[in-house]
Amino acid sequence: MAEPMVVVDDLHVVYRVYGSGADKGTAATALLRMVRRQRRPSIREVHAIRGMSFVAYEGDAVGVIGRNGSGKSTLLRAIAGLLPAEQGMVYTQGHAALLGVNAALLENLTGEKNVVLGCLAMGMSPQTVKERYQSIVDFSGVGDFINLAMKTYSSGMGSRLRFAIASAKSQDILLVDEALATGDAEFRVKSHRRIDELRAQAGTVFLVAHNLGEIEETCNKVIWLEKGRIVQAGENVPEIVDAYLTATGGEPRVREPK
Amino acid sequence: MTNRGRLSAPGGLSKPGSLSGPGGLADNGGPAGPGSASATALAAEPAEVYLADGGIPAGERLSEYAARHNLEPASARPPALKYLRMLWQRRQFITGFATASNVAMYSEARLGQLWQVLTPLLNAAVYFLIFGVLLHVSRGVPDYITFLVTGIFVFNFTQRACITSSVVMRDNLPLIRALPFPRGCLPLGYVIIELQQLLLSFTVLFVIILAYGEPFTWYWFLILPILVLQTLFNVGCSFLLARWGSGFDDVSQLLPFVIRTWMYASGVIFSITTSLALVPGQSLYHHKHLAYLLQINPAAVYITLIRNSLLTAQRISMPGYHPFNAVKCAMYGNPVKFHITQAAFQNKVIYYSSYCHPIVGQSALWGYAALWAVVAAVAGFFFFWWAETRYGRG
Repeated sequence: MAEPMVVVDDLHVVYRVYGSGADKGTAATALLRMVRRQRRPSIREVHAIRGMSFVAYEGDAVGVIGRNGSGKSTLLRAIAGLLPAEQGMVYTQGHAALLGVNAALLENLTGEKNVVLGCLAMGMSPQTVKERYQSIVDFSGVGDFINLAMKTYSSGMGSRLRFAIASAKSQDILLVDEALATGDAEFRVKSHRRIDELRAQAGTVFLVAHNLGEIEETCNKVIWLEKGRIVQAGENVPEIVDAYLTATGGEPRVREPK
Repeated sequence: MTNRGRLSAPGGLSKPGSLSGPGGLADNGGPAGPGSASATALAAEPAEVYLADGGIPAGERLSEYAARHNLEPASARPPALKYLRMLWQRRQFITGFATASNVAMYSEARLGQLWQVLTPLLNAAVYFLIFGVLLHVSRGVPDYITFLVTGIFVFNFTQRACITSSVVMRDNLPLIRALPFPRGCLPLGYVIIELQQLLLSFTVLFVIILAYGEPFTWYWFLILPILVLQTLFNVGCSFLLARWGSGFDDVSQLLPFVIRTWMYASGVIFSITTSLALVPGQSLYHHKHLAYLLQINPAAVYITLIRNSLLTAQRISMPGYHPFNAVKCAMYGNPVKFHITQAAFQNKVIYYSSYCHPIVGQSALWGYAALWAVVAAVAGFFFFWWAETRYGRG
């Protein structure tokens, strides 16, 4: 029996959003609130994960599908330990690296510095970084842009470099939140190969993607979320994907016969 | 369409080993959008366990199962000693991060790296113009320009470390979220950035005070241990402010005002002892305990020690430098009473403050310098480490 890498035990996540546009009160009302120890009216509670339990084992690539706002990104951030659980708990074997679609790692620094510093931050020795540097840059395929500040990168290039850095170390758990969506076809092939390598090294990968073809190609298991709960989950990936498509008003995918 | 409806969709819903049936997933009513009334009403029953593949023995709780396989809570804080070791292991990251940030800091300015030197120089020029030329705060302080510039450069080290650290966690959110590493690296890196800038501004300082005719003496080497202690103190402040500033913007908004007050209270532009405490009629003359408190505040301690090391005039005019002499001390405090001319005061009597009783002696200053460094570093470290798992949220 494979070892469990991630155990999600009856997880609830509630997060609080500050400063939504409604907070247009004056300074005086803000002071009054502080005196009365009231919360800001603009703080809204979002119950994003409403109780779910599942287990992911070493070598699993788990696809997470669902509509916008169904809790996919929240789930990944909870697994990464970045969001506190309101109830329940997430247990992991080792640390998780989370790749999202957000900006660069160190946006003012060059791609080269990002590679070196990112690897050092993950605990690699300077010697190892030197050895792997070229392969990371080659894998990212950003070419001459490696000498430019990362904020000048296109979103595709940025996510390629970030994926290359985060996957350079054999991460125990890699959480990929739409980070491959902006990559081109060539990079998609490369990243699938890298994910397979990580799985072979007993790592676990979670993949959030709206490209369902990508989920089917990459993942051996899939979780379908809706309003913070699991609707379906299992190894029968094509069936669940089709059920999800039907439920959201789409047509089942047309697949090449194997 | 309700959740319940979708839950009854065909396809492997019930896995062996599940803790409860789909009943536990019952919708708690209506579409639960953001901010709905039911947001905090948590489901009472645990949810079904998916993807377990029968790997969990019947009756075993998930938490027990996780513990049996040595899994740890995703947001677990490493023990303090291990955390220190992790930070030490990342030392190349910390220094590399600092160097790279320093190089990139002025990359969009025409004058580029020149600003590293220009910024402290302009700072000193502004204060000299206002307090030296316009307001004549220099009264009672020999060699006022070197006194002022040294004070500003030393205080600037602590000031910049505090202000930049208050936004460090929010500035580096993408990095924190993407890669697992001990977050303490970041405030440490910011202190190293300021330390590197300090080395540059001290080069400028050496040029200024040598140009003013200050001789190079062995006392100069004393600034090394002082700067080590001040750096330790800054590390403590950085840890503290990094945690405070990580959640709310309010800290970084308020901080400049607090720090400016601190600067005026630390004798950066005037001498607490010789300008205020030894002169009859001045604000601190009858409040020696307050003068004592101002003198032992960490910024004042490091500034005074460095001034006494670099600047001969400060060293030999420091109260306690000569054995107590009541007459000479009184002559310093009230030259008019002794019919001392302005010129005579400026040439000679200005050094008579060294015949007064010290409020805080030189050796006591060293003691406080070490004490502040250790207290700040230890307290700051634990305070920051305590919230290690909370950075990157929001």
